[in-house]
Amino acid sequence: MTDVLTVEGLTKTFDMHALGDKQVVGLDDVSFTVRRGEFLAIVGESGSGKSSLLKCLYRTYEPTGGSTVYHPADVDLATCDDRTVMAIRDSTLGYASQFLDEIPRVPAIDVVARPLLERGTPAAQARDRARELLDALGLPEELWEAYPATFSGGERQRVNLAQALAPEPELLLLDEPTSALDPETRTAAIELLSESTDAETTVVGVFHDRDVVERVADRVAVLDGGELQRVVPVAEFAAEEEEEVVA
Amino acid sequence: MTLLDASDLRRVYGDSCGDCVELTGDAAGTNQCPDCGAVVACADVSLDVEPGEVLGIVGESGSGKSSVAELLALERATDGQASGDVRLDGHDGNLLDADYETRHRLRNGAVGLVHQHVRDGLNLEFTGGGNVAEKLLAAGWRNYGDVRDRVRDLFAETEVPVERMDDPTETYSGGMQRRVQIARALATDPDVVILDEPTTGLDVSVQARVLDMFRRIQREEDVAAVVVSHDLGVVRLLADRTLVMRHGRVVETGLTDRVMEDPHHEYTQTLINSVI
Repeated sequence: MTDVLTVEGLTKTFDMHALGDKQVVGLDDVSFTVRRGEFLAIVGESGSGKSSLLKCLYRTYEPTGGSTVYHPADVDLATCDDRTVMAIRDSTLGYASQFLDEIPRVPAIDVVARPLLERGTPAAQARDRARELLDALGLPEELWEAYPATFSGGERQRVNLAQALAPEPELLLLDEPTSALDPETRTAAIELLSESTDAETTVVGVFHDRDVVERVADRVAVLDGGELQRVVPVAEFAAEEEEEVVA
Repeated sequence: MTLLDASDLRRVYGDSCGDCVELTGDAAGTNQCPDCGAVVACADVSLDVEPGEVLGIVGESGSGKSSVAELLALERATDGQASGDVRLDGHDGNLLDADYETRHRLRNGAVGLVHQHVRDGLNLEFTGGGNVAEKLLAAGWRNYGDVRDRVRDLFAETEVPVERMDDPTETYSGGMQRRVQIARALATDPDVVILDEPTTGLDVSVQARVLDMFRRIQREEDVAAVVVSHDLGVVRLLADRTLVMRHGRVVETGLTDRVMEDPHHEYTQTLINSVI
């Protein structure tokens, strides 16, 4: 199995000038690899560095040390120039935060179709794909032409997830994409995510919910205080939990 | 490939003692020379823009953003001493040193500018259509019917009511005037458009529509742009990369989302934290 991402010694510290140049450690010497087609879940307590890790991989945060070699483009995402990052984001690397960062006054269907249009997909085809995804995620059809700014948290999250999946990126970074969904929609989302990884999209996703992790992940990376504790197969992760419960 | 390549842009107002650039800037905490009182509006500013890319420049009033915009747009210096190097793909040499005619031709062709102040960009006594047609005539358009057709298309594109094109521009709303300026800037299919505070003075709902409109056209035409604004929201919505300016200097550069979410410079952190 080939690797998509090789992370070595990834470190991120923040200099907070307003706090008397205080340094805050976000990530400390994190190393792991991500294999093609797998679903790697990142778990940990709040503040353990899960979102910081995703943002460092996507370069929304600039890492202070280490490397993240993205093999499809043969580039170190931690250190390459901004334009290389832009080109990779525009082609094969996707990211979805927990909250929809929608552009005002764009209908839901166009929010989802947008990344496809930017990649040159004809408008009609892009909108077809957007409909397909919104339908699969159970967003009521009467909302497709409405502006997501007025949507509920769960509805917005469905638009967000559909937008991330639309261009079928090679590597998709997801930050708690199902946190606001009701159980039924969450199941639909999980099925869609599982199908996507079958179709050779690799996913690195932050999840809070153990149940979701056990249903979608192939392996689990456990973060604590900005350090990577371990990366284990999902079965082992599930077994650990049972031991904890028994103990 | 680089479309627009600018280096060492500098503009100084007042009689410089010669040491002004060393004595001002971010470390000095001022853009006014403590020795001679000259104002260094901008210095040591270098940037480049690729085809289809949108570069944002943010900073508070007086940080030098508009001075940089004017130099990039090859505007005539009204006063002050300007220097630096501006190159545009397909055109020879440093365009800041080019003769008047060359700069005039570029301003009416490859480079479009949307002024911060409507009165600098439009003649309000002319009709809206006339303001756009003027740019086409300056660029060498001669056929009356072609000019009318092009103006009509540009009005439709920038969402200005076409039936108002023969009314005096002073009778237009602020939002319409801004749209006419954008129509004028885009009239000659420029390679790059410079927008200086594109939404200042417009109420919020009109701002949003003007930005939406520009974003759509920018993407459809794949035109490069430099967007200057004190409003982080404007830059966040439009720009791929962002420069942060303070006291006439660039203090930080990066991907727009990186600058907004992981600001490094003390000033950028303050700026991001000040957003209401």
